[in-house]
Amino acid sequence: MSTLSLDAEALYTELLGGVRPLLQPDTALVGIWSGGAWLAERLQADLKRAGPCGVISSALHRDDYAARGLAGGGDVTRLPFAIDGARILLIDDVLFTGRTIRAVINELYDFGRPHSVDLAVLVDRGGRELPIQASFAAAKVVLPAAQRLTLARGVGGRFAFSLDPKD
Amino acid sequence: MLSRRNPQLNAHGELIHLLSIEGLPREVLTHILDTAGTFLSVNEREVKKVPLLRGKSVFNLFFENSTRTRTTFEIAAKRLSADVINLDIARSSTAKGESLLDTIANLSAMHADMFVVRHGESGAPYLIARHCAPHVHVVNAGDGRHAHPTQGLLDMYAIRHYKRDFTQLTVAIVGDIVHSRVARSDIHGLTTLGVPEVRVVGPRTLVPGDLRAMGVRVCHDMAEGMKGADVIIMLRLQNERMTGAMLPSAGEFAKTFGLTPEKLALAKPDAIVMHPGPINRGVEIDSSVADGSASVILPQVTFGIAVRMAVMSIIAGNEA
Repeated sequence: MSTLSLDAEALYTELLGGVRPLLQPDTALVGIWSGGAWLAERLQADLKRAGPCGVISSALHRDDYAARGLAGGGDVTRLPFAIDGARILLIDDVLFTGRTIRAVINELYDFGRPHSVDLAVLVDRGGRELPIQASFAAAKVVLPAAQRLTLARGVGGRFAFSLDPKD
Repeated sequence: MLSRRNPQLNAHGELIHLLSIEGLPREVLTHILDTAGTFLSVNEREVKKVPLLRGKSVFNLFFENSTRTRTTFEIAAKRLSADVINLDIARSSTAKGESLLDTIANLSAMHADMFVVRHGESGAPYLIARHCAPHVHVVNAGDGRHAHPTQGLLDMYAIRHYKRDFTQLTVAIVGDIVHSRVARSDIHGLTTLGVPEVRVVGPRTLVPGDLRAMGVRVCHDMAEGMKGADVIIMLRLQNERMTGAMLPSAGEFAKTFGLTPEKLALAKPDAIVMHPGPINRGVEIDSSVADGSASVILPQVTFGIAVRMAVMSIIAGNEA
């Protein structure tokens, strides 16, 4: 069991700096539900970008539906701007196998054909199973597959990571 | 030994068939309604299709004819990327004398993953669910007078959509309750979701007093039934099920229990009017009400697709 300690607030500051070079004036931030959506919402405010950010869910395109069934979580994809021709910057908390990213790109294409899709994450924990990379990761760590790294949003919107054994 | 477990749920309490709303816990109903919310937005996307049931075969087995219900299931399954096979079962195998279970065994051998069953006999979908292979899921699309759970669920979805909270509502179900599987499914849904007052309204021949055992208030007076209602569910007068002199005439029924603007005015000012369709204009519902601002009859149809997508995607994702 790794006893790695990740300071999510410090990493958020890194992420804030790291996404700036990836942004063009018309880039739209889209957070992956749920941790990535919290991050995108805060980035949208801290970067003083106009309008709301987007939120996207992987639920309807997951490749483990046959094994896990339909994940709960309700109606979460909200893209309050046109996707056709848009520059999209996906934001997520943890990049692991890459399967969630594959699923949300499919979800994105149900709304149109974006000009480009980029990815920035708080933590890249290794263990990729698909050829997917982030353009920016505030931290890169290697964690055993048996551990789950979860972002939580606490009082005042402060972020914290927890590291637990998988069920 | 026979299991006493609800045949719709697996050992983890997850939905594997949808046969009736009766006996399903509130959490299961709420999960279906929440999931339907997700699919409602899918139906508004540029690409109205998600891959959850890709590679799965859904067989529509309508032993009793119903073009509209069959079509909504077909649309729902296709939007989940399933292959849909519509069997004109009433005119094929059964007409040649094949038993229901033999029909099911044959279709299972064609690698069916889901049966959507409409049958004139109450309980037929239960029989199929009990005898089909463990990986096959069954959805009841209406059996006899017993249940029509997806209609009940879409009614619950519509009520939640417009009224938000079930626990403060008065809901009146009006018309031919005794022949109505929709009424039975609605009553089970409403009581499970915490509606404090469910009224069934109609003449004694169509609304027998023993319905009180289902936890509803029985009203034989339309004005009493309408007073202060938040939701009015009108049922179709089922002429084809009317045997014997249960009503003097459709005209007499329309005069006493047909929903007119005057009768609607007795309900709350923001009351909604629902109907499972097809409507008989001028019989159970006046045209000005069916087309009026209180009517949510057409949104019900839209919600029906999303609810059926939710049911199919939930059960197909759970193992027996």
